[in-house]
Amino acid sequence: MLKHRIIPCLLLSDGGLVKTLKFKDPKYVGDPINAIRIFNEKEVDELMVLDIGASKAGREPDFDLVAQFAEECFMPLCYGGGVRTFAHARRLFSSGVEKICLQSAALENPALISQIADHYGSQAVVVSADVKKGWLGGKKLFASRTGKTLDTPVSDFLARCVEAGAGEVLLNSVDRDGTMEGMDVELINETSIRLPVPLIAVGGAGSLADMKAAVDAGASAVAAGAFFVFHGPHRAVLITYPKYEELEALFANGA
Amino acid sequence: MITIVDYGIGNLNSVANMILHVGGECRITGDAGEIASAKKLLLPGVGAFDRGMEALRESGIAEALSVAVLERGVPALGICLGMQLMTKRSEEGHLPGLGWLDAEVVKFRFSADSGLKIPHMGWNTLSIRRDNPLILPEERQRFYFVHSYYVVCADESDVTATCDYGCDFVAAFARGNIFGAQFHPEKSHRFGMAVMRNFSEMISC
Repeated sequence: MLKHRIIPCLLLSDGGLVKTLKFKDPKYVGDPINAIRIFNEKEVDELMVLDIGASKAGREPDFDLVAQFAEECFMPLCYGGGVRTFAHARRLFSSGVEKICLQSAALENPALISQIADHYGSQAVVVSADVKKGWLGGKKLFASRTGKTLDTPVSDFLARCVEAGAGEVLLNSVDRDGTMEGMDVELINETSIRLPVPLIAVGGAGSLADMKAAVDAGASAVAAGAFFVFHGPHRAVLITYPKYEELEALFANGA
Repeated sequence: MITIVDYGIGNLNSVANMILHVGGECRITGDAGEIASAKKLLLPGVGAFDRGMEALRESGIAEALSVAVLERGVPALGICLGMQLMTKRSEEGHLPGLGWLDAEVVKFRFSADSGLKIPHMGWNTLSIRRDNPLILPEERQRFYFVHSYYVVCADESDVTATCDYGCDFVAAFARGNIFGAQFHPEKSHRFGMAVMRNFSEMISC
């Protein structure tokens, strides 16, 4: 049986590892290479690294740093942040990255999705939909580069991305980011029902039970940041990952 | 020395990285002459079937591979699309495959209420179907898959391992010196390392 993937999602900013709260207040948590080595040793299912500063600052990906990450990974590596052109994608793939995550580019230049998917396959393109509660309630698509919510319905946006060739969707709940207070199962459920491709849910996971709830709601995989880098009520930095047996038991019944 | 075939498709560095990690030697090349005279071949690949076949044909690599694999009988391992290209044909494309085995490639088909997504993406376990030098029956071993199409072998005895995703499909095959893995050993932690080490240390078939 296919296992549900549990994916540490690491955030990069100026070459350091950070963790945000609701997409704000990045707190430095350590050296990325060191963290990736630890996650590799813990045999994580997959790893996701997102450079949260690149698109905002109009910067390219830090290609040398990403190549170093890829060398440490004996599991699939997904990179996102600052990828705006096919040339960026090609450089990342040739350095050993398996998947590229598009967020700003998916909103601003959806043709890039098709370009990458045509050449490297749909499985290599992940589109991130960042979703935030609007001023008048309702869940809105959020463009993190500009910090604005958009009127395009999330499901329309994702349908277009899948049509263009996206092979996977990262559904990111901005309001839950870093809170560890549980995931937005309602959003996961309504999104996954309409989605023909795997959905990775992220935002709010504070326990294995939260992850199980996301999977029960239709997520193929669950990503988390704070859960894997913080420990205890004072959010001390400690890198952890559940044992394989624990995850096996968690998803053994139903799912 | 493992020759990794570079035909402009796929993530060659992760394969090379894994081979070096298990103590093997490798080179990455798209040169037909080097491929024809290789001692051991690895055919990686992701992406579409026809694009892969076109790339192999245009560069003369397809012929060079046949010389090495069919005439000289050197061990060859195809990974993911690389495995699929070794078969006769695929539903995904119109071009004939390399045709080294009597096998073809078909698409996963699931009913809408199955809840099964395509591609089959993530970690799955294997059922070993027969003894083979590449994948040993280890407890709790798991491998990383990502594919929408899978191989069907006409000859059951070519199947070395199957995997379950909506149906039992061929996860690995072997026929003489020809080996295929639908999963990605280069991305499957120590389980994949064991497969790569076995291939790397294989002397003849």
